Amino acid sequence: MTNEVLQNWQFIFIFVALSPIFPAAPVILNRLLGPQKPNAIKQQTYECGIETVGDTWIQFKVQYYIYALIFVVFDIEAVFLFPIAAAWGLLGLFAVFEVALFIIILAVGLYYAWNRGALEWF
Amino acid sequence: MFAAPTLNLWVITPLIILTVWAIILMFIDLFIPAGKKQWTGWLTLVGLIPALALTLMQWGQTGGAFIAEGGQPMVVVDNFATFLNTLYLLTGILAVFISVSYIRDAGLERGEYYFLMLFSIVGMMLMGMANDLILIFLALELLSIPLYILSGFDTGSDTSEESALKYFLLGAFSSAFFLFGIALTYGATGTTSLPVILDTISLDDPLALAALGMLLVGFAFKVGAVPFHMWTPDVYEGAPTSVVAFMSIGAKVAGFAALMRVLGQGFPMWGELWQPAIVVISALTMIVGNFAAVRQQNIKRMLAYSGIANAGYILIGVAASATDPEAISASLYYMLAYLFTNIGAFAVVIAVEKLDGQKGLLVEDYKGLAKRHLLLSLALAYFMFSLVGIPLTGGFTAKFYVFGAGVTAGLYWLVVIGAITSVVSAFYYLRPVLYAFMYEGPAVARVSRGLMFVLVVAVFATLVFGIFPGPWYELASQATFGNVATFVAGG
Amino acid sequence: MVVTVGWYVALSVALFTVGALGVLLRRNALIIFMSIELMLNSANLLLVAFAREYGDLNGQILVFFVLTVAAAEVAVGLALVVVIFRRRKSINIDDMRLMKG
Repeated sequence: MTNEVLQNWQFIFIFVALSPIFPAAPVILNRLLGPQKPNAIKQQTYECGIETVGDTWIQFKVQYYIYALIFVVFDIEAVFLFPIAAAWGLLGLFAVFEVALFIIILAVGLYYAWNRGALEWF
Repeated sequence: MFAAPTLNLWVITPLIILTVWAIILMFIDLFIPAGKKQWTGWLTLVGLIPALALTLMQWGQTGGAFIAEGGQPMVVVDNFATFLNTLYLLTGILAVFISVSYIRDAGLERGEYYFLMLFSIVGMMLMGMANDLILIFLALELLSIPLYILSGFDTGSDTSEESALKYFLLGAFSSAFFLFGIALTYGATGTTSLPVILDTISLDDPLALAALGMLLVGFAFKVGAVPFHMWTPDVYEGAPTSVVAFMSIGAKVAGFAALMRVLGQGFPMWGELWQPAIVVISALTMIVGNFAAVRQQNIKRMLAYSGIANAGYILIGVAASATDPEAISASLYYMLAYLFTNIGAFAVVIAVEKLDGQKGLLVEDYKGLAKRHLLLSLALAYFMFSLVGIPLTGGFTAKFYVFGAGVTAGLYWLVVIGAITSVVSAFYYLRPVLYAFMYEGPAVARVSRGLMFVLVVAVFATLVFGIFPGPWYELASQATFGNVATFVAGG
Repeated sequence: MVVTVGWYVALSVALFTVGALGVLLRRNALIIFMSIELMLNSANLLLVAFAREYGDLNGQILVFFVLTVAAAEVAVGLALVVVIFRRRKSINIDDMRLMKG
């Protein structure tokens, strides 16, 4: 580790030590100095100045959230295919087996999810 | 041109068997009708038992797998890994026997339970075999994610869901610390391979110091050591008892496995640096665990704090290993003895637990158990004696070796704390025994055949460890780390 | 001005701190979860920065693994959150006090 990097480290540690003060100070000062007279309307969630109507936790249609979750998992697995695709010419037969195994395992997972009804939109 | 790495697949054959069998079992399970899911459970053994046999055959062998050209192996097998792999597989097998009747009676009968357990065991085994921080991280997640799901397996129960979410959030939080520690280590050394870290790390690098601290925090969370133990009691109370029995041993031992390997093979020359940290954590863990357990009314919470306390005792051996690497064997032996005692204690808890509405878990519910179930009560008493560390039990010899390792390493006051807290532990361990034998009460229990098997095995093993500890300790002392240099030469 | 690896370290330490504070201070399970993701990604940033500094690919490969593992965690975590929210209409972790002792 070069000396220059170590020099930068000092700034980082100073930065880490000082940085919490800046967000904390206004909050603490506000608590200490500001008058506190809470009432029901003030305590409400601020929503562009208009009175809030109903519960903010309204139910969205989430029947297909499992579908979405499965999509997230399978989508991200594709990240392993890109580097192999980029270096395909160099890798040879070994990579073919690796990728085939990888995709087979994913396919088994997909088949399982499908069979258990996770892909139904009901 | 790219050169394929040296695979040496024989190193990971037990893992391959378990993984492939888990995937096949997913298929098979699709065709097993809803009421017959115990078949999936028993079929789990078809993967676990050959894996155990192969693991036992690996005893005495050292080798590395996935060696890139000119690099270090990603996975190693040595006696340390083989010893711990045997522990996980035994835990898994016993957990299957516990689970089959439990999850049927609790109305949780779904096949996912078993293959999630298999995947978790694969993760545990990888924790002890990983020779690279990348792989330790992956193993940690592979072991944890199925356990998050398993703790929330009782989807009809608020407490189970709550425990799963708590376990998940704190587990992911600790993984983040661990990962940041890995990133800092990588920054300090330019590698993630443990042997190379050993060669390249410099003692006066603040980055490496921060890295070691972060890694320790991550591990302390996983093994449930104070001050990172807060999640344990809630998770243990809420999760299905059979899952708790499995993870209270498996996850903890796996955490220790990786901790020992990282400290012993990545940072051994920093012994005088991390030893004080481990000593303090160990002392706090023993004190907080034992004293907090005294006031627990729920037996699962009590065993959770007992698990925390036992992590403290295991840490004595880890702390001692800073000066003498052989001291690890005391901790390994402790985990072996703790496995059987603990799974036996949980088997008794499961027998007494009434599954309609999570009753029968309070210590008072053990009142009068001996009247109707004398043998079960005797087994309970024996496991509790073992947990206290009364002679003629595995718990006693385990504590004996761990304290011995502490004394040899000169950690006198740590051993004193260990001895005093052991006395304190008698107060809470013996309470259910007292209630079972001395009080009148309506306690009833149901012992299924699987549970009976586990109880018999656990009593027998605890007795053997209590009377003939020598050969087993000898095995543990052969299970220290293999010489990493040989992997490269032989690879 | 040359952006050295130190800047990346500073940024990722800051992000990690923000994430850790978020986990400790916020009460909504989803936001805690997002904070954890922030912590993981700050580690990713660090890994990529160091991988470039050392001209070594291992750090980047680890980032791939972290991404996929994080996705698996997301799937499990969000499923748990949905299940709990359906039953309790709240994912405030202060409401999760069924167990005490």
